[in-house]
Amino acid sequence: MTAVPAPAPASLGALFRICSTTGLKINAQAEGLIKANAVAATVSLLIGGITAVLVLLTRWQVVHLLPADWFYRILTVHGMSMLIFFILFFEMAVLYFASAVLLNSRVATPRLAWASFWLMVAGAVLVEWMMWTGRADVLFTSYVPLRAHPLYYLGVILFAVGALIVTGIFFGTLVVAKRERTYQGSVPLVTYGAATAAIIAVITLGHGAAIYIPTFLWSLGLMNVDPQVYRMVWWGLGHASQQINVAAMVSIWYLLGALTIGAVVLNEKISRTAFVLYVLFISMAAAHHLLVDPGLSPAWKVWNTSYAMYLAVLASMVHGFTVPAGMEAGQRLRGYTKGLFEWLRKAPWGDPGFSALVFSVIIFGFLGGITGVTFGTEQINIIAHNTLRIPGHFHATVVGGTALAFMGITYYVIPLIFRKKVAFWGLAKIQPYLFAGGMTIFSIFMTFAGTFGVPRRHWDATFAQAPFSVQYNPAVDLMVGLMAIGGLLAAVGGGIYILCTVWSVFFGESIASLSSAEIRALPAGVPAGMLRPPAPVADAKDHGTLSRGTLVLVAVFLIAFIAYYFVNWKLLSVVWKVG
Amino acid sequence: MHTGMESPRGVWWKPAHKAEKMWVLIAFAWCMVLFAMMPLWHLKGAQNPSGIRYRVDPSAYARRTNEFIRQYKVGEDGGFAVVEPPPGADVYLLGRMWAWEPVLKLHKGVAYTLHLSSLDVNHGFNLSPVNLNFQVVPGYDYGLRIVPTEAGDFRIVCNEFCGIQHHVMVGRIIVVDDSAGAAPTGGAQ
Repeated sequence: MTAVPAPAPASLGALFRICSTTGLKINAQAEGLIKANAVAATVSLLIGGITAVLVLLTRWQVVHLLPADWFYRILTVHGMSMLIFFILFFEMAVLYFASAVLLNSRVATPRLAWASFWLMVAGAVLVEWMMWTGRADVLFTSYVPLRAHPLYYLGVILFAVGALIVTGIFFGTLVVAKRERTYQGSVPLVTYGAATAAIIAVITLGHGAAIYIPTFLWSLGLMNVDPQVYRMVWWGLGHASQQINVAAMVSIWYLLGALTIGAVVLNEKISRTAFVLYVLFISMAAAHHLLVDPGLSPAWKVWNTSYAMYLAVLASMVHGFTVPAGMEAGQRLRGYTKGLFEWLRKAPWGDPGFSALVFSVIIFGFLGGITGVTFGTEQINIIAHNTLRIPGHFHATVVGGTALAFMGITYYVIPLIFRKKVAFWGLAKIQPYLFAGGMTIFSIFMTFAGTFGVPRRHWDATFAQAPFSVQYNPAVDLMVGLMAIGGLLAAVGGGIYILCTVWSVFFGESIASLSSAEIRALPAGVPAGMLRPPAPVADAKDHGTLSRGTLVLVAVFLIAFIAYYFVNWKLLSVVWKVG
Repeated sequence: MHTGMESPRGVWWKPAHKAEKMWVLIAFAWCMVLFAMMPLWHLKGAQNPSGIRYRVDPSAYARRTNEFIRQYKVGEDGGFAVVEPPPGADVYLLGRMWAWEPVLKLHKGVAYTLHLSSLDVNHGFNLSPVNLNFQVVPGYDYGLRIVPTEAGDFRIVCNEFCGIQHHVMVGRIIVVDDSAGAAPTGGAQ
């Protein structure tokens, strides 16, 4: 509906300022939309974060905070607020940034953009209202025939329609920029990656419409929805929406690499082809949730769970190389040439954008990626499905990977877009360390507890009121305790993030009137990539030696991957025979 | 060289350098190993989630389970029937809010076809402490050929959220070892 760009009225679309740091022409509407979506994302993160602590303190049986009904209610709120509202509001901001800002363009249809923002807010508020008042105790997945209030499904639909319109505006803005020649050559890699995220979002939200509209009608008693069909189509939304995150996160990796240390793109063809593989294959991952379901054949499961022979995994493994290799090459070309790792040792570790980038890549790859591919193997899923191994995996991908990357870019968005100093700079600098450290401990021990079969989404794993007693390996108590400590540490990190961002945006010191020289002279509150913007570098002949440190890192990764994968086949081979 | 924020000028479809090519090839080879393992395990492995799969009306499945209980019932345990089917039998396990029925008494090393289905909403079959997991979907019969490879007193924990009393939904499977001679009793503990 927005593919044809209408000439925007001068009062709406044509106001620009020139960024004193990056030299980009920044459109006032784009800036306002980025701010609004960022604020909505942060509010969602706050709700999701408070509920995360409540869930954690209940699963930690030593505390066992909430009663059963409130545990499942709060768990529903946690899932929706984090996985849908926080992530998608943030991604809407990313789409405006990657289109209008990076391409020096206006936003295609600013009025419609604001309307869809408020539609998303209305949907989110409706869903939150239904959840908090106990009319949607159905958890994030709302598997039919568990029934929520019709307004719950309607709220999700409104939110999804708003998001779908924003993806349309993103494509429209690409067309506007091209027609109005606001940039030369091809779109930057970051914009290209964001475009793949937007395409995946269209696929995902299509699945969302295909399942939430019938479910809304079912909740009104107007039609039937088959429980197995629901599971399949719902996961076309539920898992695929996490693949929007992957594409958006990888784009932000490239962006943060560029902003913090001037990471270069070694080969556009390789990186862009990897993004295309995401578009083609990643939505098949809905199958990961259906591997031990009764309604689907082994051939369907094997083909789909592998994203057509693991071509989307290949894409992630390629980015897992090209992102650090581009960072390494950029550093080497700027003189950090000693040994294998001087480029990494002498990197700006005090820049929260940089530390967040590095930890995001590591946690996503080593913890989230390896466990995800392993548990998504058809047969290995028998010893993983619906145990704590699954949330252990996806907290590493979505929280340690995506959310941490989003946090990292925020430390640049505050000075570049909001034009404020980052408040509590000392805390901001340690925030990625706390958050990454906490999430690492949390994910690892949650996954290990799941290895003993401890169920996810369960109020009382001591089974005090059950007809038969259940005894787990005594190691489980220790692991859940360590998981709780890691989770609380991450919550402190998340709290610092919210404090820094909210304080900066609403009460922070403005740097809007400062020149770039004055900004560079600031003692604190602005990340290193802005204080000392990386100088452009000339091409080098010998790329092989430019990424030799990264080759060592990816070799370590591959060995860890192979080891974890085959250990799980070994674990599977000793359980009861089943077929 | 340019960063990911900058527009590449001219043609960017250029040959990759050696290090990148090498990693892409290694990663691709590993992906093929990942893919090959699944069909291979169907041929050689003893744990596959294939089963026989039918649509079934939930009330019809409940009737079949009751018939199965009537046929092979050997006792009572905490209000649940204890059922000991013969070797090779079709075994029916029903998940409902919030119980697994019946309690099963099986023999080590003997093959059964274990049918799983639900009377109401989704449930999750988790055999504890073995850690075998299957989704139990209303309207679908999942018939899995199982061989218990160890004797003992096992639990079925529901691991799919199924309502407010989800956490009390625990069932029981007793596996006796005929060769050892000393079988655990089926009584409540």
